[in-house]
Amino acid sequence: MEKIKKLTWREIPQARLAVWTLIAGEFVIFGGLIVMYILNRLKYESWGEMAQHTNVWAGTINTFVLLTSSYFVVKAHEAAVHKNKAQIKKWIWLTIVCAFMFLGIKSYEYTHEIMHGFTLPGKHLVAEGLGVESRYWSFYYTMTGLHGLHVIAGALALFFVMRNVTKTGKNYQRIEAAGLYWHMVDIIWIFLFPLIYLIH
Amino acid sequence: MNTHKKHGFWHRYFFSLDHKDIGFQYMLTIFLMVSIGGFFAYVFRMHLAFPDMKVPLFGLVTNKDYNMLITNHGLIMMMWLALGMLLAVAGNFLIPIMIGTDDMAFPKLNKISYWIFLLSVILMIASFFMPKGGLGVGWTLYPPLSVGDFGYNTPYKSFADRFFTANTFVLLAIAFEFTSLLMGGINFFVTTLNKRAKGMSLLKMPMVVWMINIANLLFMFSVGPLVAGTFMLLLDINVGTGFYDAYRGGDPLLWEHLFWFFGHPEVYVILLPPLGILAEIISVNSRKPLFGYKFILTLTLIAAVLSTMVWAHHQFVAGIDPRAATVFSIFTIIISLPFAGIILAYIATLWKGDLRFTLPMKWALGAVALFTLLGGFTGLHLGASVFDIYAHDTSFVVAHFHYTLFPTVIFGSFAAIYFWFSKFSGRKLNQTLGNLHFWLTFIFFNGFAFPLFLLGLAGQHRRIADYRQFEFLMQDPLPLYRKIATISAVILILSQFIFLFNFIWSLKRGKKETENNPWQANTLEWQTSSPPPHGNFKVYPVVNYGPYEYNRPDKDKDFTPQNEI
Repeated sequence: MEKIKKLTWREIPQARLAVWTLIAGEFVIFGGLIVMYILNRLKYESWGEMAQHTNVWAGTINTFVLLTSSYFVVKAHEAAVHKNKAQIKKWIWLTIVCAFMFLGIKSYEYTHEIMHGFTLPGKHLVAEGLGVESRYWSFYYTMTGLHGLHVIAGALALFFVMRNVTKTGKNYQRIEAAGLYWHMVDIIWIFLFPLIYLIH
Repeated sequence: MNTHKKHGFWHRYFFSLDHKDIGFQYMLTIFLMVSIGGFFAYVFRMHLAFPDMKVPLFGLVTNKDYNMLITNHGLIMMMWLALGMLLAVAGNFLIPIMIGTDDMAFPKLNKISYWIFLLSVILMIASFFMPKGGLGVGWTLYPPLSVGDFGYNTPYKSFADRFFTANTFVLLAIAFEFTSLLMGGINFFVTTLNKRAKGMSLLKMPMVVWMINIANLLFMFSVGPLVAGTFMLLLDINVGTGFYDAYRGGDPLLWEHLFWFFGHPEVYVILLPPLGILAEIISVNSRKPLFGYKFILTLTLIAAVLSTMVWAHHQFVAGIDPRAATVFSIFTIIISLPFAGIILAYIATLWKGDLRFTLPMKWALGAVALFTLLGGFTGLHLGASVFDIYAHDTSFVVAHFHYTLFPTVIFGSFAAIYFWFSKFSGRKLNQTLGNLHFWLTFIFFNGFAFPLFLLGLAGQHRRIADYRQFEFLMQDPLPLYRKIATISAVILILSQFIFLFNFIWSLKRGKKETENNPWQANTLEWQTSSPPPHGNFKVYPVVNYGPYEYNRPDKDKDFTPQNEI
């Protein structure tokens, strides 16, 4: 195993440094949402009942899909280190397929929940005097929706970076940067999944 | 490296990738925003002192107009002037050239940041012309007012009715502005860490580069929850979520926490870059090393950490737990210590120095004096919940934050402009007009803000459009104070035209700057030509000395440029 060299600030590739800074910023944004959610969750026990209406199976499958996609991105990074264009293409496409699977399962869940009346203005919940409970769904849709937007953004970033790198044969470090972002999308889901689906 | 071509107007002001051009684009956009914000201030100050008067250039001010004017004055000045001027403009002009490199790490990202900033400005201005008029809910955008009549139990409104409102547009503008500044912040951070000139270790960086970067990190840390919060308020208005609407189990206090968790660190975000600018100017003009470089840096980091633990002092009357109020009071009072230390370090820099009372030095000393004596000092009073509950939302608070923000943001920006103008334009500003501008601004700023302390202590609430309904507020000498404040404010605004004229005239016709280093300063931007070429340096500098090594005993001149061998 090669010895890991400690890099000085100036030796860190710019793209890597920038994406880590971006990730720090994103974590504060999602961190804010998650802290707000946890504080509310501790305050209102009835949110646990609402959480039982989520589809745990779909959530679990989605977690596996995202974790698998992270493996694919790591393989793509390995291929980028060896400058192997065909392998980069293969692994990034597999990642993007995973992103589509994730979004597909998520839309199935949304459809199911909306059909059961857990909509955003939550009219029937408020009419029954369950205003606090309807707010669980506000958080649910905002957090998962914002995460979904990040999945789309991450998949687009991977796609464009892959196209650029395989066309020009330059800038292989960009695969690593886009991959880092993809891992962040994955990790945010690891936080959201237990908080939203598992704690009843 | 020096392949500079003359570019046309469009190319230079819309598509340039050069950090100096992008800084100039930001600056012009912000001048536009400030003139709008300043005009609003003029209109409502006139209305407060002379009710029933038809304000010239505006007409009669209704109560609704008054709300709209104060809201947008606050938003524009805090979000676009203060944050934009001190993060985007200062960062763009100063960081690459002071650390001795050609440009930002990501020039295209820098350009995109400016375009998003421009988009936010357009959205903000568009919000004044919405069918129901501009936003009039106070610049802090507290729900339920800011959610408006879009709550659950009001009649159905179509999406267009909800979207084409000032509420939506202002929130979108703020969200885009934050995005732009976050992108710029990533760029500054990477540039500073990654592109420093050879030999420039972190502790040889000029103080202003440190300060802008610490401010940026603090901004990134504190703005995240508010980005989420702004998104949530947008959803509350447009989609019908129930985060802040109490009828749907929402919690209006949540917004106050999110807003001030950003809002209080924000005042330090906009205080730190001017403190850095003052450090440069005071050290150069005292011909002495900056007193306690590491000491100032440590204090700044301590203050940055503490600043995230003081936000609830804005909410002492919002029904928070009194025990929590005590804790926040204590932290608020503690945070004045690091800043007192920094200011003392500046005074120690002046001590026994060979002082040069140049124009930038006048602005810098004015900023230190006003910020410390009246801004910071009254902050101690307001930080204590016992006094704050009495003075909350009165003109005393208004006077306090104008005394903290005006000396730092406005005096600091002017100090920077008078200091660096000749470097970036290659021409000199007119000194006589500059002196006139300084003294008028200094005197009439005090004339405007000081009476507000007295009015506030007499109980004048800041969000009332017409004081004639309150007898105790019409007793002598309160109307006189109001008139003094208003007339001073009008002269203060008018005297800025002197600056504007001086700026534009000097840019085109000013005396040519013949020297590269007119102030005999050490930092790297003075070691290249004025104006710097595209790419900043003909030969990249190698740094051997710290930024503040004035009057070294082993040198025969009293300054030692950082790249001297």
